[in-house]
Amino acid sequence: MLHSIDITKERCPMTMVKVKLKLSQIEKGDMLDVLLAEGEPLQSVPRTAEEQGHHVEEIRKEGAYYHVMIRK
Amino acid sequence: MIDFTQSQLERYSRHILLNSVGVEGQLKLMNSRVLIIGAGGLGAPAAMYCAAAGIGRIGVVDADAVEVSNLQRQIIHFTKDIGALKVMSAKDKIEAINPDVTVEPVRAFVQASNIEGIIDGYDFVIDGTDNFATKFLINDACVMKRIPYSHGGILRFNGQTMTVLPKKSACYRCVFHKPPPENMIPTCSEAGVLGAVAGMLGTIQAAEALKYITGAGEVLADALLTFDALPMNFRKVKLRKNPKCAVCSEHPSITRLIDGQQIVCDLKK
Ligand SMILES: [Zn+2]
Repeated sequence: MLHSIDITKERCPMTMVKVKLKLSQIEKGDMLDVLLAEGEPLQSVPRTAEEQGHHVEEIRKEGAYYHVMIRK
Repeated sequence: MIDFTQSQLERYSRHILLNSVGVEGQLKLMNSRVLIIGAGGLGAPAAMYCAAAGIGRIGVVDADAVEVSNLQRQIIHFTKDIGALKVMSAKDKIEAINPDVTVEPVRAFVQASNIEGIIDGYDFVIDGTDNFATKFLINDACVMKRIPYSHGGILRFNGQTMTVLPKKSACYRCVFHKPPPENMIPTCSEAGVLGAVAGMLGTIQAAEALKYITGAGEVLADALLTFDALPMNFRKVKLRKNPKCAVCSEHPSITRLIDGQQIVCDLKK
């Protein structure tokens, strides 16, 4: 299943907090599409997701933002 | 499904960010029950950190009223609380720190006759009492009821603490056997304590409760942590369960709770 979350309006550290909550709410094997801004969110969200055992499958730029695709 | 309000997400964000706590660990804290026996030097900081952490239910046991001599270290009580029951003063502050917490004030001294009922239903107990007889009573009751607990003691510039996982790790009686003789107990005039030392030790006890509930790291089981704040030395001594322990061994000689005869220093504590 595909889920999505927009954290472009959040500031650090709520960016990661929101992603962690969403990841806890979805099933293993589901995909989470995280829309985020460059800078700190782009640096920390994919790294932290990997650290927690999830897989970052794709990072795609769209306009001013990025889609980070995380497989739980 | 796990969910938090926006306010809870922000309040607990620093826990959620920790990989070994996270969303699941925070939820465990919010669904847990911690009992703090003694709303004094150790219990005060322990209760405040448990409150801030969002422990779902915090029980506080104490029979005393707040006195001015408490305020040097019992930081949950304020000058305006002098004369009020400690459990009610503690309840006010816990609720002011975190309205999500349910507080259960118990105005009592724990004794052989009431302790089992008081500790019943709690996931973890923090011993914040100040006399040996009660420390042994708490140990024996927690072992018998299989409730993990944190032992703590302070004197002058020194602190000691251990976490007991009943029947799994060394208990207080495995190590100390029985209360020390009267002449070994510091008299009132010897029993000074640096206020911040109480805060250090009570805070370690709160950290142990939070670690036990979330499963983060390893609790201080089969070990005694001691520190001397004068040179600021910390020491961790490994302990083993005593196979002949009077309370936690296979064939315990203590099978029911009895009150100690120790005379507690009756000057203002
Ligand atoms: Zn024992």
